[in-house]
Amino acid sequence: MTIIATQALTKTYGGGVTALADLTVEVDAGVIGLVGANGAGKSTFIKIMLGLIAPSSGGVRVFDIDPVAETDKVRARVGYMPENDCLPPDVSASEFVTHVGRLSGLPKTAARERASEALRHVGLYEERYRQIGGYSTGMKQRVKLAQALVHDPDLLLLDEPTNGLDPAGRDAMLTLVHRIGSEFGISVVVCSHLLGEVERICDSLIAIEGGRLLRADRISSMTAASDVLAVEVSEGTDELAAALRELGFQVTPEGRLLLVPLESDAGYDRILQAVAELDLPLHRLDQRRHRVAELFTTKETADV
Amino acid sequence: MSEAGVIHDIGYQRYQGPRLGRSAVLGAMYVHGLRAAYGLGRTAKSKIFPWGVAGIILLVAVINAGVRSQTGTWLFDYYAIDDRMSILAIFFAAVVAPELVSRDMRSGVLQLYFSRPLRAADYVMAKVAALVTAIWLLFGVPQFVMFLVGAFTTKTGMKGVWHELGQLIPGWGYSLLWALLFASISLLISSLTGKRAFAAGGIVALFLMTTPIVGVLNLLPSETAHHLSGLASPITLISGIEIWLRSNTQLGLDIGDTGPVYAIEAFCVIAACLLLLLARYRKVASL
Repeated sequence: MTIIATQALTKTYGGGVTALADLTVEVDAGVIGLVGANGAGKSTFIKIMLGLIAPSSGGVRVFDIDPVAETDKVRARVGYMPENDCLPPDVSASEFVTHVGRLSGLPKTAARERASEALRHVGLYEERYRQIGGYSTGMKQRVKLAQALVHDPDLLLLDEPTNGLDPAGRDAMLTLVHRIGSEFGISVVVCSHLLGEVERICDSLIAIEGGRLLRADRISSMTAASDVLAVEVSEGTDELAAALRELGFQVTPEGRLLLVPLESDAGYDRILQAVAELDLPLHRLDQRRHRVAELFTTKETADV
Repeated sequence: MSEAGVIHDIGYQRYQGPRLGRSAVLGAMYVHGLRAAYGLGRTAKSKIFPWGVAGIILLVAVINAGVRSQTGTWLFDYYAIDDRMSILAIFFAAVVAPELVSRDMRSGVLQLYFSRPLRAADYVMAKVAALVTAIWLLFGVPQFVMFLVGAFTTKTGMKGVWHELGQLIPGWGYSLLWALLFASISLLISSLTGKRAFAAGGIVALFLMTTPIVGVLNLLPSETAHHLSGLASPITLISGIEIWLRSNTQLGLDIGDTGPVYAIEAFCVIAACLLLLLARYRKVASL
């Protein structure tokens, strides 16, 4: 099911700054990573989806609803967790989440129930009656996530949810986001400039750079065809490379390693055989799963 | 090993209940603002000031009512309590308006509000209504206490009660005028800054610093300047309206026959403040 679809989406700010340029993308339900460097247009994209700012040209549909024309309908189904600090210090988390729940149209008792549910799901129990000002950064991030969850949205927009967290907090937050996507049945868009952490939890990935779409695909299809065998021999690296090229492999030397893309398991045996025939002392032979990051670096260099 | 003691994790529950519209959201915002004005749902510290001010005005009203029940005459009537206590209302507005508006601005909570089905206009309306109600209650409740004592100690039976009521209702209206003017001006000033102390200082300064201007205008030789001098300060502006409507000459301000000018200015000031407030939040809401 397509949840977000954009058509040549463009946003130019007043000063002639182009935040998004000709972005056309279709996203299926699931956990979606939105990656890009700072200033790539991630936040602008999120704000357009929330109907906070109107696109300069092109169109966007969330759940097949236009957020510009029917803002309330979209916002009722979307939860937003902003990047920066957005919590009042002198109220309790439970009180605050209840309040924003009511602002999303929940009746009083329902808001109270859902608020304590949401806080329980993000892992705040007794602390929820304490004032937010006394919370640690990790707890504040959890409250921000809970307030986005309180009205039971169908889509969560999380802007840098791991911002300012220590490694343990990062892992906990990512696990939580993954759980929301897989167990709660809520689609999640996770915005991040750290590809490494997003690729762990996402089903699909949208990469933007300078407001332009770099790539949008499912994680599985990005990494599937990219299995590479790294071969290292103590001596005779060049001879082996020549032999493998003769066999029809595309060999890339990388330091003392030879990187050979693998199409099938048969290829694995043929490489082994080539090493044995040349009688070279084999040092290492391991199958590498390309990290998504490498896909982008090669693509970027190819662009240049 | 009782079954009841076991907590079952029933997992995530989807919400199937009703979702209310914008009017309910507006109501929730209003009630939240009114509660925050009196420090309800907040720390004990934030209750001290609003309840202190409310207590003082109520105490004055009770003493006034006590005098009335003993001697049969007011120390001051339903209008005069507003005039006499206006300085307290200024301090109340100066503390509470930043509480309602600057706090949201500073904590960044607005981006959570405006990513929900809440519009800038709803937000402004709810906050203005909350502060107007809060300031009005500051006067309205003591006035009602005065009415109760007046009505119970009246010697002319039902006729006396009606007479008191006939004075209470315009008195409430007069309080509403104070509340509207104070609320709109102080909210506009507070919306400009996220720092509560700055906002409070700005509000007090605007109300108190304009009073000397009235004095200076009264020193001018021109008769018209005397009549219009009250326009320079919000407090004398309202006094001027009272003088015009009730022909009350005890307030130390000579407005001549310029009464309607005072009414028009009050209306324009309130309207302008509200429109500017709306424009301000239109801008903020787009983040």
